[in-house]
Amino acid sequence: MDESHHRMKRLIGIGVCVAYLGWFVLGSVVAEAQTNVSPSPPLEQALADLSSEVDGTREQAVRLLIEQGDASLLPRMEELRANADRSLRMAIKPVIDTWRHRANLASPDAETRRTAATDLGMNGRVSAISWLETAAANESHRWARYAMEESALLLKLASDDPAVKQQAAAKLGEMRSQNAVPALQALVQAGGGESATAEQKALAQRATAAIERIESWNVWSSTIETLFRGISLSSILLIMSLGLAIVFGLMGVINMAHGELMMIGAYATFVMQECFKLYAPESWFDSYYLAALPAAFLASALFGLILEATVIRFLYGRPLETMLATWGVSLILIQGARMYFGDLTAITAPSWLNGGAQVLVGVFLPFNRLFIIGLSILSVMGIYALLFRSRIGLRVRAVTQNRSMSACLGILTRKVDAYTFAFGSGLAGIAGWALTLVGNVEPGLGQNYIVDSFMVVVTGGVGKLAGTIIASLGIGGLNKLMEPSFGAVYGKVLILVLVILFLQRRPSGLFAVKGRHAEG
Amino acid sequence: MTEHGSIIYLEGVTVDYDGFKALNNLNFIVNHRELRVVIGPNGAGKTTLLDVISGKTKPAAGRVIFGKDRDLMGMREYEITQLGIGRKFQAPSIYGNLSVWENLDLSLSRPSKGIFATLRGISTAAEREEIDRTLETIGLQEQVRKRAGSLSHGQKQWLEIGMVILQDPELLLVDEPVAGMTDEETEQTGRLLQSLAEKHAIIVIEHDMEFVRQIARIVTVLHEGTVICEGTVEKVQADDRVREIYLGRQKVAHG
Amino acid sequence: MFWLVGFVLLFVLPILNVLPAEDSWLHVSDFALNRFGKFLAFAILALGLDLIWGYAGILSLGQGVFFGIGAYCMGMHLMLTIGSQSVYGSALPDFMVWNQVTELPFFWKPFYSFSAAVLAGLLVPACFALIFGFLAFRSRIKGVYFAIITQALALMAWLVFNRNETNLGGTNGLTDFKTLLGFRLSDPGTQLALYVVTVLCLGGAYAMCRWIIASRAGRVLIAIRDSEQRVLFSGYSPATYKLFVFVVSAMLAGLAGILYVPQVGIITPAQMGVLPSLEMVVWVAVGGRATLVGAIVGAVGVNLGRSVLTNSFPELWPFFLGGLFVVVVLLFPDGVMGMARQVRGKFAERAARLPKSQAVEGEQT
Repeated sequence: MDESHHRMKRLIGIGVCVAYLGWFVLGSVVAEAQTNVSPSPPLEQALADLSSEVDGTREQAVRLLIEQGDASLLPRMEELRANADRSLRMAIKPVIDTWRHRANLASPDAETRRTAATDLGMNGRVSAISWLETAAANESHRWARYAMEESALLLKLASDDPAVKQQAAAKLGEMRSQNAVPALQALVQAGGGESATAEQKALAQRATAAIERIESWNVWSSTIETLFRGISLSSILLIMSLGLAIVFGLMGVINMAHGELMMIGAYATFVMQECFKLYAPESWFDSYYLAALPAAFLASALFGLILEATVIRFLYGRPLETMLATWGVSLILIQGARMYFGDLTAITAPSWLNGGAQVLVGVFLPFNRLFIIGLSILSVMGIYALLFRSRIGLRVRAVTQNRSMSACLGILTRKVDAYTFAFGSGLAGIAGWALTLVGNVEPGLGQNYIVDSFMVVVTGGVGKLAGTIIASLGIGGLNKLMEPSFGAVYGKVLILVLVILFLQRRPSGLFAVKGRHAEG
Repeated sequence: MTEHGSIIYLEGVTVDYDGFKALNNLNFIVNHRELRVVIGPNGAGKTTLLDVISGKTKPAAGRVIFGKDRDLMGMREYEITQLGIGRKFQAPSIYGNLSVWENLDLSLSRPSKGIFATLRGISTAAEREEIDRTLETIGLQEQVRKRAGSLSHGQKQWLEIGMVILQDPELLLVDEPVAGMTDEETEQTGRLLQSLAEKHAIIVIEHDMEFVRQIARIVTVLHEGTVICEGTVEKVQADDRVREIYLGRQKVAHG
Repeated sequence: MFWLVGFVLLFVLPILNVLPAEDSWLHVSDFALNRFGKFLAFAILALGLDLIWGYAGILSLGQGVFFGIGAYCMGMHLMLTIGSQSVYGSALPDFMVWNQVTELPFFWKPFYSFSAAVLAGLLVPACFALIFGFLAFRSRIKGVYFAIITQALALMAWLVFNRNETNLGGTNGLTDFKTLLGFRLSDPGTQLALYVVTVLCLGGAYAMCRWIIASRAGRVLIAIRDSEQRVLFSGYSPATYKLFVFVVSAMLAGLAGILYVPQVGIITPAQMGVLPSLEMVVWVAVGGRATLVGAIVGAVGVNLGRSVLTNSFPELWPFFLGGLFVVVVLLFPDGVMGMARQVRGKFAERAARLPKSQAVEGEQT
């Protein structure tokens, strides 16, 4: 690896020298030969030279064009490329790319500026250093400026001046530049050989220090990203489990069709999107997603109401039978969706949820994940408010704690059950709405996370929101934490083992009812 | 130290339900062949006391000694049962899908109740006879082949009493035996308990003061998880604090 | 009745398979007999599930795991007997060649022996159930909690068996078997023998379950379903009894798996996941919980329906299965046997209003 790198560098060096020589020789010859033609500017000449078959001339022209040309020549270039053969097209490509990137450094869009800067850094044209530095001086966007500075330094690593190289290496270390690691490693290799000069050795030392800095930062940034992924998964689990847990707490029933209620919410979102495509002006398209929220909630809640009235109400006090019956319902729903909608249906996320936010070097947080985290927090707050700050919530809590006593006090427990079930189902709809952001809408959508969210409910215990929150944080977080070292599958197996061991100590979850209402 | 002759001995027992002390540093002794009635207002910790003795609830602190020196702390319910402590619950707790005979047969005290013994086990003639005798005592001879779930409430109560008797326990824990019974049944139950007390020690929890007077020799009054008074019915009824917290309260409730 | 059904299964069907001419209406085709053998293997599993769910009231949604382990044990043996007749001509199973495994993994080695494979197919599920059940029952995980945990177990097993690096054939499972104990599996005679063995195993399993249920231990199981607390205070350890019945049911599931593989010719993780495990519960529910005959009737009946429906209307099967579940749970909680009992009860009532209706109700004992 390092050797080939070495050889390539030497080859490039030789190539450059040859090209220089060629330019001088040819240039003078051509100039003399064409004395009668009005002297065209050197760029004009270079453009012409591109088509030359003479060795070195083309390379020379490319160099010149990259250094001195700019995007204003692009139309000429495109024209050239249109009738060019393969080798010419290959030669032209870097020129066009470089001009484009250079022009893009001044783009109004920060993301474009940033990509342009990164690409310039990767393609290694020394002349780009000054462009990048100028652009960085005027740059206001933090991460675009970062990319510009990083790229300029990367290019400097290939500089001839050892002092500049050393400085660049140190600076890249300070910046914790991810992209610099391969180049720095090459420097370390170069300085490690027997024949290395003192200069190379000193540079290698700097590079080693820089790599160490970068790598120690990597540990941090990957920890942060793992944490974020864990929280993100936890929040998905939480949104899914909230409805499940409330119903479980109230009625002791696990609704195996909960995942399919989510699927209904997801399809409601899809249908809303299609409606907007068909009937609304295009500029409104992004707002379909917001319009789909109530649609998803209501569709799932309505379905939950029907499910409660036709199946679950007849099975009170028989939780196992309820599980089985709702599983039957879920089978029917999945197959129904498969036959009606087909297997795969794509959702276009609204544009304001595309992309993400870079918060630190190497730490990038996608907006859709942030959105789901926010949504889960909002859901928890909403449910909390509903349960603890409203009259309906008071009734729900009363029935949860003591059904027969509540009935004696005149609470219509049947009604409370029905509405709570519908509300829990609506929450599933919201979960489905949110899940369209991170996955496809498909009939099996509900199945993906459902066993995990059952585990959350079981681990969290009955009757306390906090149990569900902690359990989803625990299970989601552990899932992502163990994934890197154990792999996703064995991580999951390990979590099952942990849950079983946890239930050894607390067989009815984190927050079990104690005292006289506790079940023997 | 264990007092000689005591069948159950509780010392400094505390049960904590999330900060609520159902039993608070409770000391409680019952002697062999004693019929003890425990009374107290709701939430005094009466049922919790039985829970602790029978192993259903693990106290946070204290000691529970059965017989001479058998420490019950940390033992499981079925182990405690096999030692010789029987329990009758307030709401009848029987096996609804088994016949009356099978209910009694399962409860009968046997040397081993492990899986392999019960896989092979056949009832001996002596065991059948014992069950028949108990059937007579509880008056369910007619219903012997009936599904226990189809019995009336009173019959279920009797069946459970029969089941506990067949366990031949040294100590019987009885939680509100006459709740929901007719006067006649109540009196019968009282007589049964008194005759059982000739051979076993019994702890009865009761609300019905009439019934307490019928059966009790010594009454223990619990309040907020501790014993506040102990003695004969007369002594207890004369006690000021008891009047205040228990009888007084009842007066208010009835007045 | 037991003897009559046994006679039909063991003698009449095989004779109808062998003797009548192929075009005779009495003839039972090789295919039909083989299918029926598969259903009877499922019936063995259903018996175990009925013991634990129907009698003891513990819903295990992880029976597919035990079935799968049993089936894989047998499948591994069959894979090894292929030897170098495989596609790649290697002594290793084809999928290992494909996955560039050069040496037989250590845990495959015992499966060269047929008896070791059968023993493992029974004992590995048993050990697994023992450990899992010990942890679950000791800490009194029950009801919905136990169901969820066993469902998670089914999911995990499915995930793990799907992995290539576990060297169990990944998603494609184990298949392409050639011989069993030297007999060609494609031979109708071998399949007939397998059918007869399955019937005998089913008979044995039924007799064992009957014995358990008739013993006092069987009544303890029903007692646990009725009131676990009372069982504790009658001096029995419910955890021990539950563990016993869980292990028995796991072994029966393993046995079903062992018999399933050579008759069907393939085992994949898809047969042991969440869905198949739940479907097994339907068999028992349809047949009628807490009646051993019901478990057999349900397993055979539902699978018969499945093979008919998936042939003619593959898209409708999930509707049918789901609907079956809802309807059985809601309207016929005692299943086919319950209905039969009701019909018989009405009959008897009409025939002679016997005054002695005090006999033990139900058939649980």
